Formats: sequence, C-alpha cells, structure tokens
Amino acid sequence: MTKLLKNGRQWVALICAGLTASLIVQPALSDENAELSIDGVEIVTKTAAPEDHPLDEILSGWRFRSVETQALQTDDFDNPGFTAVDYGAELWDTAEGSSGKSCASCHGAAEDSMKGLRASMPKWHEGEGTLMTLEDHINWSRKEHQGAEPWKWESSEMLAMTAYLGLQSRGMAVDVKVDGPAAEWFDKGKDLYYTRVGQLDMACSNCHEDNYGNMIRADHLSQGQINGFPTYRLKWQGLGSIHRRFSGCMKNIRAVPYKRGSDEFTALELYLAWRGAGLSVETPAVRQ
Amino acid sequence: MTKSLIYSLAVATMTFGLTAQAGTVAPDTVEIVDMEVKASLTGAAGDPGAGRETFADRKKGNCLACHANADLSEQLFHGEVGPELNGAADRWSAEQLRAIVINSKEVFGDQTIMPGFYTTDLGVRVTDKFQGKTILSAQEVEDVVAYLLTLKEN
Ligand code: HEC
Ligand code: HEC
Ligand code: HEC
Repeated sequence: MTKLLKNGRQWVALICAGLTASLIVQPALSDENAELSIDGVEIVTKTAAPEDHPLDEILSGWRFRSVETQALQTDDFDNPGFTAVDYGAELWDTAEGSSGKSCASCHGAAEDSMKGLRASMPKWHEGEGTLMTLEDHINWSRKEHQGAEPWKWESSEMLAMTAYLGLQSRGMAVDVKVDGPAAEWFDKGKDLYYTRVGQLDMACSNCHEDNYGNMIRADHLSQGQINGFPTYRLKWQGLGSIHRRFSGCMKNIRAVPYKRGSDEFTALELYLAWRGAGLSVETPAVRQ
Repeated sequence: MTKSLIYSLAVATMTFGLTAQAGTVAPDTVEIVDMEVKASLTGAAGDPGAGRETFADRKKGNCLACHANADLSEQLFHGEVGPELNGAADRWSAEQLRAIVINSKEVFGDQTIMPGFYTTDLGVRVTDKFQGKTILSAQEVEDVVAYLLTLKEN
C-alpha cells in the first residue's frame, strides 16, 4: 500500500479513473489547453523543457487560471494591470532628482531602449559586481544618473515602472544567463527552492514541481513561474512584485520570508527565471 | 488564608501540572515504530466529533486542502494533492493513522508533502508565533485519529 503512495499525481490519476462522480464542488476550472494571444501577438505559455531541466514541459501560470481570469489577459483594455502601466509611462517622462532629467531624457523611447531587458532579468552587473533584479537596476540608475531617491520595492512607482519596462519585452522568450559570475547565485537559488521551510515543513518544489495541476483546496497549483511579473492579482486588487509572491508563499507555510530585494530572493528569482526559460514575458499578467 | 492552605493549594496545582504532563506524550518523545504509534498520546480516547472539526479547520488540520472526504461534502473545495480519505479506516489501523497524523514522513518517507502535525522536526525559519509548537495538540491528534476511524466504506 505505502509503495503506491509516491506522490499526489498518481492519486489524481486514480481518482480521475475511478471516482469521477464526485459530489464535491470544484471551483471554475481552467482550460489548460487554451492558447494565449494578445492583440494578435502569440504568447508562448507552454514549451518543451531542455534535457537537464527538472520539468518535462514548462507551463505559464496563465494556463492554470479560470477561463474568466484567462480572458482578462487577452485584451489590454480589460487587463486591470494597465492602469499601472500608464502611470509607469507617465513617470518615464517626468523629470526628477538633481539631474533634472526624466528617464526619457537619457533613454529615449522605452519601446527601443528597454526592449528585452525584462527577459534577461535578473542579471549580473559589472559595475556593482553583483546580481541585480529589474528593481535594482532602476534604483541604481535613479541614484547614479538621475540623482533621485530610490523607490521602495513595493511602491506604486516601482510597480508601475517595472510593469511599464516589463511590457517592452512582452512576447519575448525568458532567457537568463546562469553561467559565469551568476552561477553561484543560480546554485544558491536552486538550494533555496528545494529547502523545506516553516512549520508546515514544505519546499517550493513540493507544491510547484510535484503537484502542479492539482487542486490545493480552492487553488489550482501552477509551476510557480515568474514570467508575468509584476502581476495584477485579483486578491491584491493591484500589482505585486515577484518577491511579494515569494513572501506570500513562505508565510502560508508559516515560515519567515526573506526580505524583498535580499540576496536570497534575488537568487531564487534567477533560478525560477531559468526554470521558465522559453516562456514569453507576459507582463503585466493577471492572476486570481 | 492560613499558611497550610496556601501550601496545599500550591501542591495541588503542582501535581495537577505534573500529571497533565506525565499523561501526555511530548512531541519529541513520541516513538514511531514500524509505522505505528501504539498508545494514545493523551492516554485517553479521542472525540470523533471534535476531530471532524479539527480536520476541516483551515487553521488546524486543514486536511481538506489536500484530501477530498465525502463525509465533509458540505464543505466546498476539497484538494487533490493527497488521496481521497473515504474508507481510510478500512486501509489503516488506529496505530498507523496515529503515526500518519503525528509525522507522516515516518510512514510515507521524507519526500511527502504532508506536514507532520505533532513533531518538532520542522522546516527552517519557522514563524516566531509557531516556534517550538506543533500544528496540532496531543488531544487534537487523538480527536482526528478517532474521526478518521469513522471513515469506513466496508
Ligand atoms: C542622466 C541620464 C539618466 C537618467 C535620467 C536615467 N538613466 Fe537609466 N541609465 C543611464 C545610463 C548612462 C545607464 C547605463 C547604461 C549602461 O551602462 O549600459 C542607465 C542604465 C539604466 C538601466 C539598465 C539598463 C541595462 O540595459 O542594463 C535601467 C533599467 C535604467 N537605466 C532605468 C532608468 C529609469 C527607469 C530611469 C528613470 C526613473 C532612468 N534610468 C533615468 C542614464 C540615465
Ligand atoms: C503549499 C503549497 C505552496 C508552496 C510550498 C509554495 N507555493 Fe507558490 N503558490 C501556491 C499557490 C496555491 C499559488 C497560487 C496558484 C498557483 O499559481 O500555483 C502559488 C503561486 C506562486 C507564484 C505565482 C505564479 C504565477 O503564475 O503568477 C509563484 C512565483 C510562486 N508561487 C513561487 C513560490 C516559491 C518561490 C515558493 C517557495 C519559497 C513557493 N511558491 C512555495 C502554493 C505554494
Ligand atoms: C499538503 C498536503 C496534505 C495535507 C495538508 C494533509 N495531507 Fe494527508 N496526505 C498527503 C499526501 C500527498 C498523502 C499520500 C502520501 C504521499 O504520497 O506522500 C497523504 C496521505 C494521508 C493518509 C493515508 C491515505 C490513505 O487513505 O491511504 C491519511 C490517512 C492522511 N493523509 C490524513 C491526513 C489528515 C488527517 C490530515 C490533516 C490533519 C492531512 N492528511 C493533511 C497530503 C496532505
């Protein structure tokens, strides 16, 4: 008997085979086979995994959401994340700091200068000699070039700017560098991904690798991909950063989360970006 | 109040405290042998009615997060991470069910996602509020075990 109990997946198969006539109400189901296209642009939400990858196929969180939530992302007019994108565009053109310049004064049109950036984040920064997230790059340039105060990680300004810059990579494949000086960070991130934390004693992998596709109470577990961030979460009624999501998942298992912007979360972000390599950037995605 | 009365009250409280502790097996002294915990953690039988509530309570057992259970069909949203628990008592003895609830890793192996509900062998970085605490109390474990024993199909 116990030999049978390898993991939840086998059981789902058993349950589906034998006991489909369940009395138990399930929430609105998702269409895992739906394809996403936004204003005619094809978004890759499913892609084959390379050989040394822990997953057989790489799936965006979009595939696991209800049909209603999925629909919100197919049209930018319906996507509630676009209020923040508009604010980001406004900030891009606003002069600030001791330089008296706006981002646009130096960087020109974000559509050109910032294209592809999100897809490569987080990345090694030669000057600072460390791995930096998109948030880090923005604050670094505000300080170094604009002469302005850094934005707080989860401030409406930072969320708006990361959403606006992320959008410039929408549809491009996530492709991060994990070799060279980033290798150490990658290993650390991988380690954190498989470390059991909290009173519930779970690792990210227990839910997002071993059990994606399964319902955990009313939630349909995805692979925990980060290609849509910052995402608009219906529960948050607004955008949230990647590190906010990590933090929430850790709190749910009664663990003390690392700080937003910490080396730990930055390493985890790099590792997760690699796990989702080949998926399109979806920023700003919509999740429940 | 006389001195002797205070003294006897103190002794009474002390012995009460001691017996309560002596009667309950602490999480770090529970012996799981061959996937079984022989005796009740409290020395008494659990209450299946209370166990049913603990089972469903999101802040306690939260068992429905991962397990479907037809006996609780009035509750919405049953998870599918673990097997359905209909008929669990036909498959497992009381001693085995107690071991599963106390620390499922001793039964299913280290890879299981099911938390240990009465163990101090936890993950790193446990939230302050839950430091050194088990998810369920000894009484709650016994109640849940008593409830699981009612889940029969045969
Ligand atoms: C005074 C000019 C100036 C201003 C104002 C400025 N930047 Fe920069 N920014 C630069 C320079 C120069 C670099 C470095 C380019 C390099 O080293 O490749 C840079 C780099 C960056 C990078 C990293 C790009 C990459 O490819 O790695 C980001 C992101 C960035 N800036 C965002 C912003 C944002 C957002 C603002 C407005 C809040 C801003 N910058 C304001 C001059 C400026
Ligand atoms: C108890 C199960 C559980 C564990 C353990 C867990 N998560 Fe999650 N996570 C969820 C649920 C439920 C959701 C929301 C539904 C979904 O997308 O899976 C979620 C969502 C996410 C998302 C958002 C996915 C998207 O498409 O927007 C990310 C990213 C994520 N988790 C990362 C992590 C990381 C990193 C860890 C480890 C520190 C972790 N999770 C641990 C349950 C868990
Ligand atoms: C995070 C998910 C999760 C939670 C929460 C959980 N379990 Fe489990 N449980 C599992 C999994 C998965 C298995 C199957 C063993 C394995 O593959 O690791 C299992 C197996 C079992 C079994 C043996 C299954 C059978 O009938 O053959 C019992 C009994 C059980 N759990 C009871 C409980 C009780 C009682 C609770 C609440 C106090 C609970 N579980 C909470 C995931 C969970």
